[in-house]
Amino acid sequence: MLAINHIYKTFNPGTINEKHALNGLDLQLEEGDFVTVIGGNGAGKSTMLNAVAGVWPVDEGSIQIDGENVTGLPDYKRARYVGRVFQDPMTGTAATMEIEENLALAARRGKHRFLSWGITKKERDTYREKLKILDLGLEDRMTAKVGLLSGGQRQALTLLMATLQKPKVLLLDEHTAALDPKTAQKVLAATEKIIQKDHLTTIMITHNMRDAIVHGNRLVMMNEGKIILDIRGEEKKKLTVEDLLHQFEKVSGQEFASDKAILG
Amino acid sequence: MEYAVFLTTLDPLRLLNNLPGGIAQGIIWGIMALGVYITFRLLDVADLSVDGTFATGGAVTVMLILAGYPAWAAILLAVVAGLVAGTVTGLLHTMLGIPAILSGILTQFALYSINLHIMGMSANKALSVDQFHLIISSRFCTNAIIIGGIFALALIGILYWYFGTEQGSALRATGCNQTMAKAQGININMMKVLGLALSNGLVALSGGLMAQYQGFADINMGRGAIVIGLAAVIIGEVIGEGILGKRLNFLGRLVFIVVGGIIYYIVVVIVLWLRLNSNDLKLFTAIIVTIFLAVPYLKGKSKSSFAKAGKKGAKTNAGD
Repeated sequence: MLAINHIYKTFNPGTINEKHALNGLDLQLEEGDFVTVIGGNGAGKSTMLNAVAGVWPVDEGSIQIDGENVTGLPDYKRARYVGRVFQDPMTGTAATMEIEENLALAARRGKHRFLSWGITKKERDTYREKLKILDLGLEDRMTAKVGLLSGGQRQALTLLMATLQKPKVLLLDEHTAALDPKTAQKVLAATEKIIQKDHLTTIMITHNMRDAIVHGNRLVMMNEGKIILDIRGEEKKKLTVEDLLHQFEKVSGQEFASDKAILG
Repeated sequence: MEYAVFLTTLDPLRLLNNLPGGIAQGIIWGIMALGVYITFRLLDVADLSVDGTFATGGAVTVMLILAGYPAWAAILLAVVAGLVAGTVTGLLHTMLGIPAILSGILTQFALYSINLHIMGMSANKALSVDQFHLIISSRFCTNAIIIGGIFALALIGILYWYFGTEQGSALRATGCNQTMAKAQGININMMKVLGLALSNGLVALSGGLMAQYQGFADINMGRGAIVIGLAAVIIGEVIGEGILGKRLNFLGRLVFIVVGGIIYYIVVVIVLWLRLNSNDLKLFTAIIVTIFLAVPYLKGKSKSSFAKAGKKGAKTNAGD
């Protein structure tokens, strides 16, 4: 479903801030794969997602989604294939617009927008049903401005928006990291539910090793812009946090720096 | 004592006579303010090209009517000229990466020469309502208010409809959150160009009406238009929120912007009636806009400021 073929990306080339963010990264996802991604700060996790989403062009290599080469497409054109949820709850929604307006915008992802109504009566009913899945009571506040919602509610809404039209790839960039633990678990549960229901091909970055082990059918570890570990299936189910830490030290030759990753 | 003497020289009848003219002008500027609202509030861009396009609208309208075009056709082509000017600003910003505010200034600057060319290199062109059939004229003030009002209501209706469509929603999303808009597959550069074009089209329409109303087009007629437009938007919003509070929806907002334009011009009429120097009007307007822009910020600051926190902190320390 998704093929990342040997991509490179260097930020600020030729300057003192030069950073080789991606170094010949390869990753292939089958349809329905749910991959969790872990790695230290600066390992290139978010950069990988941005490369897939098309935030900027890659320097070398190619990206294919469902057999189509999207390497030359900017983000708004790739959006028809890609659903995204960001780390910052403020990023994924339009604060001054209503909940239902946000959903209606998402429902038209990848379609041409002309002069038909921005939202129809029939859509509203669909959205009400979909919002019930989140179990946050948003179905009764559909004309409320999104800016009035809490971070967790906004993140859950963004998740729903990203999956309203079944994306070929769903990209979750630490989408629960900015939430309190309880809300994070709620959003994560909703994530799991939606991914299972629609059988979505997903990449989820997390700093929480336990979440990385519990969720998904595959786990990859990144370091210095490359994938250094790729565990799937039965082997993944048997993983423990200690295993992962040990593996990380072995493969990368350094200690996993973040306490949050271990304790979180 | 002198003050009382001054008051006795003021003629209330003169004020009453001048009010209808003020209202008519206010409506026309209110239409202009609708254009400013699109960029300033919906697209979150301060577009300064409007100072130029207002005059362009006037110049195109007057020259075409003088050339024998019917007034409605002239004003339609004025709108087209405005759309083109707005598109230029949009392309300068999106394709060439020039900051929005500077793109507007460049367009405005260039339009000064272009407007002179349109008017055959003269700084103003008269258009007599005796010789031509005009849509709106200060000669017939009541009519002007009615016709201006119809124009304003029709435009408010169109804008209300448009910003409820898929494309209008995409434009609003672009103004609110660009990252989100892109993630939802919206071409934000196209939306910015579109928004700037629409805005300047409206402003040119307003300029065309104003030229007919006053019976001439002038190279300087758009000077400071952005500030007057902002004044109308802000006054309208403050009053609308004051009256309707949270019930002020998008439609109400648009209506109150035109009301803001009317109130602005009523104030102008009163100021002139008080025989204040009309050359001070721009200073006066700038001060009003500054106050209205600053009030929300200062209100927020008065609730939570370092000065306040520092005082409180000092008290707590002293208590220790």
